[in-house]
Amino acid sequence: MSTIASRPPAKASLVNDPKVRGIVYQVVLVAVLVALVWAAATNAIDNLRAAKIASGFGFLESTSGFDIGQTLIPYSATSTYGRAFLVGLLNTLLVAAIGIVLATFLGFVVGVARLSSNWIVARVATVYVELIRNLPLLLQLLFWYIAVLRALPEPRASLNAGIGVFLNNRGLYMPRPIVAPDSWLLMASLAIGVVAAIAYSVHARRKQAATGEQSPTGRAALGFVVGLPLLVWLLLALLGTNPISFELPQQTRFNLNGGLQVFPEFVALTLGLTIYTAAFIAEIVRAGILAVSRGQTEAANALGLRSGPTLKLVVIPQAMRVIIPPLTSQYLNLTKNSSLAVVIGYPDLVQVFMGTVLNQTGQAIECVAITMAVYLTISIVTATVMNDYNRRKALVER
Amino acid sequence: MKKTIATLAVGLGVALAGATLGAGSASAQATLANVKQKGFLQCGANTGLAGFGVPDAQGNWSGFDVDYCRAVAAAVFGDPTKVRFTPLAAKDRFTALQSGEVDVLIRNTTVTMSRDTALGLHFTGVNYYDGQGFMVRKKLGVSSAKELNGASICTQQGTTTELNLADYFRANNMKYEVVAFASSDETFKAYDSGRCDAFTTDASGLYAERLRASAPDDHIVLPEVISKEPLGPGVRKGDGQWADIVTWVGYALVNAEELGVTKANVDQMMKSDNPEVKRLLGVEGSFGEGIGLTKDWAARIVKGVGNYGEIFERNIGEGSRLKIKRGLNALWSKGGLQYGMPIR
Repeated sequence: MSTIASRPPAKASLVNDPKVRGIVYQVVLVAVLVALVWAAATNAIDNLRAAKIASGFGFLESTSGFDIGQTLIPYSATSTYGRAFLVGLLNTLLVAAIGIVLATFLGFVVGVARLSSNWIVARVATVYVELIRNLPLLLQLLFWYIAVLRALPEPRASLNAGIGVFLNNRGLYMPRPIVAPDSWLLMASLAIGVVAAIAYSVHARRKQAATGEQSPTGRAALGFVVGLPLLVWLLLALLGTNPISFELPQQTRFNLNGGLQVFPEFVALTLGLTIYTAAFIAEIVRAGILAVSRGQTEAANALGLRSGPTLKLVVIPQAMRVIIPPLTSQYLNLTKNSSLAVVIGYPDLVQVFMGTVLNQTGQAIECVAITMAVYLTISIVTATVMNDYNRRKALVER
Repeated sequence: MKKTIATLAVGLGVALAGATLGAGSASAQATLANVKQKGFLQCGANTGLAGFGVPDAQGNWSGFDVDYCRAVAAAVFGDPTKVRFTPLAAKDRFTALQSGEVDVLIRNTTVTMSRDTALGLHFTGVNYYDGQGFMVRKKLGVSSAKELNGASICTQQGTTTELNLADYFRANNMKYEVVAFASSDETFKAYDSGRCDAFTTDASGLYAERLRASAPDDHIVLPEVISKEPLGPGVRKGDGQWADIVTWVGYALVNAEELGVTKANVDQMMKSDNPEVKRLLGVEGSFGEGIGLTKDWAARIVKGVGNYGEIFERNIGEGSRLKIKRGLNALWSKGGLQYGMPIR
């Protein structure tokens, strides 16, 4: 284009001017697109009206009338469809977030293990990857759900791990911590611990840059963030003002009541998604590591770095440039695959909104459109964050 | 590049327009003409509910609702086999009817006001009066639904069952944990494998599902019936003729039972002197033509599938594995609610 613009103006007619023609094409394309979408939308609205099917988004304000098993926010049958949508959305985000963290961790471990010089470790990792990535995810989810359910005892014969932790086929029950309102001292100590840990790590980095001496930042952070509040709690407890009490699960006629409950549907879905996606991430990690030239490892060895620091400080940072883009795709896959929750009764967005809400209201077009928009938004946000991370990790050319 | 984008956009647009146009033409009038032209009736059926609608290993469908589909096919074509079944999960059934995928929905569907008014469908009467109940394991020692406070309950999503469950526990100030599944199969499997203390659906469904339990005798159905579940066939709104056909097929089945016309004696009954029988079987008058069918439409139905009582006995009554009593579904003259509107 710029070469054309720099030439002296051509004498050709407007019809033959590539610039004008380009603009005309674009305008026509946009107009046709808008017209088509408009025609499709009005057609759909007309047809809905003719078939006497209610339309519009007013239903989000109506009372839902049904209950949902796992809710992260207060919800009951008297809440609105809009609230049910939020419950489903949060359940989807929860399983996606936890799944991404666990799958990344497991994937890196398996990916590195596949390249291990230890024959058994490498073979076990290979078998894992080949077995898991070659079986359909749906099958795996059903397997985990049924396997988890069948293997666990019924509520009256719960496995008791002591200190109020129970396991049965209704889920895992734990004591729920109840923080007393006057426990500001505890909160303050936690905040101080976090600030101290950050300050210490900054100090340690400066010290290493200046002198080359390393400091135990990990242990120090643990001490500050966990140890300090624990100490304060103990002191308070000794003084007789216990700031945290625990609500223990109680055995009732049917289930355990109270405490924190982790549902088997959630466990099965998280487990299935994590194990499946980790197999793909492992291959991506292996590819990334193999893409780093062998000379880098040899150079690190020559400098006297042991194999652990070599991997952590030399190989992985370079491998990340290869790993991040396909890793992003896996994160998106995991999030979208979470909609398979529908077969094992986990109340995710698709199960709640495209299942019950769509059916009770009959407003298929609205429900499908909202759900698609939500998945698109989640995916775009994930991709944007990962692309930004990729840019920061990319090779800086000077 | 520009060209590919343009082609893509046009393709997308055409697909979009096509999809909406398709839905439009299907929901237009004249389902009867459409069915006749296809040569078969497309009936929305259950994915598998013993006694009501279930395919066998060869893919032959049988059941109470299935026979209703066959009755409609018999009325239209004179041949009860000219029907194809689309198995539908509860949550998909209305969309399938709205979009024209099926001609009629006969799939233990509860008639409710919102479904009748806001979903673009029209119910053509009630073929089975049902009510929601609970099933539990015997060893829990529960004898009433009022004792279910704190229980986990498995149910199918997108049903009135799911809503009644919430209402019942709220009204009785009890707590419960709901586990909802998309299909009845998954729901019952979860209950059977111990995920829930109780399983809830329409009472008829409870008896049907219990047959599939790994140990049917370990489960009992609780006495409470917590809701009214009038189950009936549904058609798309806006096609009066088709709605009339499905409505009167139902009445013809009940009238045939009232008048003692059965699959076995229908040919003899043609010679009956009873004017009501004559009108039903088309010997006198031409009522079938008024709904776009032949004079002998009702005779075709009874020849094809029998009368209401025969369909009931064969599929779900004492003669079947389900052994459901007629109860509310007995004829009005025998203390039930089934009442055939007069054909005259």
